[in-house]
Amino acid sequence: MDKWESNRAWFLILPVFVIVAFSAIIPLMTVVNYSVQDIFGPGQRFFVGMEWFREVIHDERLHNALVRQLAFSCMVLLLEIPLGVLIALAMPKKGWGVAACLVLLALPLLIPWNVIGTIWITFTRPDIGLLGKTINDMGIAFDHTARPLDAWITVMAMEVWHWTPLVALLAYAGLRAIPDAYYQAAKIDGASSWAVFRHIQLPKMRGVLTIAVLLRFMDSFLIYAEPFVLTGGGPGDTTTFLSIYLVKIAVGQFDLGPAAAFSLIYFLIVLLFCWLFYQALQNVGTGESK
Amino acid sequence: MARITLQEVAHSYRRHPKDPSDYALKNIDTVWEDGGAYALLGPSGCGKTTMLNIISGLLTPTRGRVLYDDRDVTRLPPEQRNIAQVFQFPVLYDTMSVFDNLAFPLRNRGLDPQTVRRRVQEVAEVLDLTADLKKKAAGLSADAKQKISLGRGLVREDVAAILFDEPLTVIDPHLKWHLRRKLKEIHERLRLTLIYVTHDQVEALTFADKVLVMYEGEVVQMGTPTELFEEPRHKFVGYFIGSPGMNFIPCKLDGARAVFDGAAVPLDEETARRAREKEGPFELGIRPMYLEVHDSPGDDRLPVKVLKVEDQGIFRILTVQLASNTLKVRLPEEKPVPSGNAWVRFPRRWTKLYANGRLVA
Ligand SMILES: Nc1ncnc2c1ncn2[C@@H]1O[C@H](COP(=O)(O)OP(=O)(O)OP(=O)(O)O)[C@@H](O)[C@H]1O
Ligand SMILES: [Mg+2]
Repeated sequence: MDKWESNRAWFLILPVFVIVAFSAIIPLMTVVNYSVQDIFGPGQRFFVGMEWFREVIHDERLHNALVRQLAFSCMVLLLEIPLGVLIALAMPKKGWGVAACLVLLALPLLIPWNVIGTIWITFTRPDIGLLGKTINDMGIAFDHTARPLDAWITVMAMEVWHWTPLVALLAYAGLRAIPDAYYQAAKIDGASSWAVFRHIQLPKMRGVLTIAVLLRFMDSFLIYAEPFVLTGGGPGDTTTFLSIYLVKIAVGQFDLGPAAAFSLIYFLIVLLFCWLFYQALQNVGTGESK
Repeated sequence: MARITLQEVAHSYRRHPKDPSDYALKNIDTVWEDGGAYALLGPSGCGKTTMLNIISGLLTPTRGRVLYDDRDVTRLPPEQRNIAQVFQFPVLYDTMSVFDNLAFPLRNRGLDPQTVRRRVQEVAEVLDLTADLKKKAAGLSADAKQKISLGRGLVREDVAAILFDEPLTVIDPHLKWHLRRKLKEIHERLRLTLIYVTHDQVEALTFADKVLVMYEGEVVQMGTPTELFEEPRHKFVGYFIGSPGMNFIPCKLDGARAVFDGAAVPLDEETARRAREKEGPFELGIRPMYLEVHDSPGDDRLPVKVLKVEDQGIFRILTVQLASNTLKVRLPEEKPVPSGNAWVRFPRRWTKLYANGRLVA
């Protein structure tokens, strides 16, 4: 093969470069560009260097949002993973019940995210919401628009309701993939149902559960639409997660420079977690193949 | 240890079985004597695994009873039956070490740590696993994994029987031979009841004192390897055991003779008398090694054409044409091989009559 022919291969991947340039590189560079300028209006901009980064890194409210975000994501994992596994274990293994359960579980996953926020607003409103009113009528004061704890509980409940089915479906797939011989051997060996869970089901679900953890962590880390619709980040700042805060700066205050710097830092944090999780996934892969 | 009895056991995987073809097991009546080494031999899908699972309690039969000695265990789950079973593909507890894997059946039954350690070490010794005891089970080779599975079957001392469901299928041939010897040794030393499922006749015949041959959900014969060879009670046994399998010739009865295509083979009086009580179709059966070949005509000799001679080392296999039937003959090495035309004789002692696939005797 001569040189020209082997170089022609570059033309074949050119379309990909063009698409990636327009979909990722150019927008990203625009953000980088914004992050080093102070913009007052069209045509009025000044180069400010690292100024915005310095400001953003020392922003108290950003720190709070980050802590809040991490707390939220961890709680999501702590609630959704065990709950999903429990649901998967309780699901029927054959017959019409399987299809019924799968459809039921898939429902929350199919609803558009901002609609989910709206559903939960109407569901939990203390004056007219089915749940909100019932709780208040029972004598327990509950108002997610006024009380931070109630707001958190509502956001968590919505998140768990929305995404636990995904974990359950993944765990169920993992369980169904266990050959019958394992359960038979466990019976012959006289294993208790706890031992079956601990030594057969849990290890065999390790792969899918790792994926579930990664998906749920990343996804909850980037959460925006549902809590924004439900609480708007309030009361006060109490449910303002990273992306909500970002939008507040960029759109609410039109501080494009700091928002761009913030975006880049957010992006780097996400990238860092991606890398950590990718490493974890790789290890799962090698563990399974043996 | 116990004698295991299956009484009129039938099993269907369907909820509402109707005709006999719905049953994976049809009316099994078998006794497994205490301390015997049994092989369960049969083609794929004949119900071997189903039978083992019924013995171990993984399945409850649709009909019939399972007895351990005189105790009815039909409805008891495996953990209350005191039985061990090893499966075709290795089953491991991945997160545990080899030691813990082997100890698992003992610990679940609440044995004290000393006994557990002693038993695990004994079994590991027998299976050459001592060096691996501390390793994680997940990282081992397929052979080692199946040895661990075997080990979990062997580790309990007091079991009624150990059931092996084609345990050596995934193991490489050399080690397979070695492990089979080990099992045989263990059997001779401990006199445990072993039931060994296989569809490999060599494996069955070398392992077992007694072989059960299954065919389409029925036990067609239970006997020593010699009995299976000399007196196949079912056409399938004749065919499945021995290499090449038994010759079968469709025939009709004429007094004390079996006739086909104008030729006749004399039968003994007793067989002929019993055959008259049965319905056909009738077939003559004879093992290739018992069929005599001659190079001249004579009494009871039938003319054949030699089609093919295959040299198999210590013997030769002749393919001959007898009227419209093709027969195999097994000749010892030293015997002269006729070519072209030859004559065969059916020795009365080895000529069997089958009515509807079953031996007339
Ligand atoms: N769980 C099941 N559900 C429905 N039918 C089954 C089930 N297990 C086995 N069968 C059917 O029952 C019959 C006997 O199966 P079994 O597994 O006992 O055969 P086998 O002799 O062990 O075969 P192999 O040598 O392939 O292991 C087969 O026709 C099979 O298709
Ligand atoms: Mg089988």
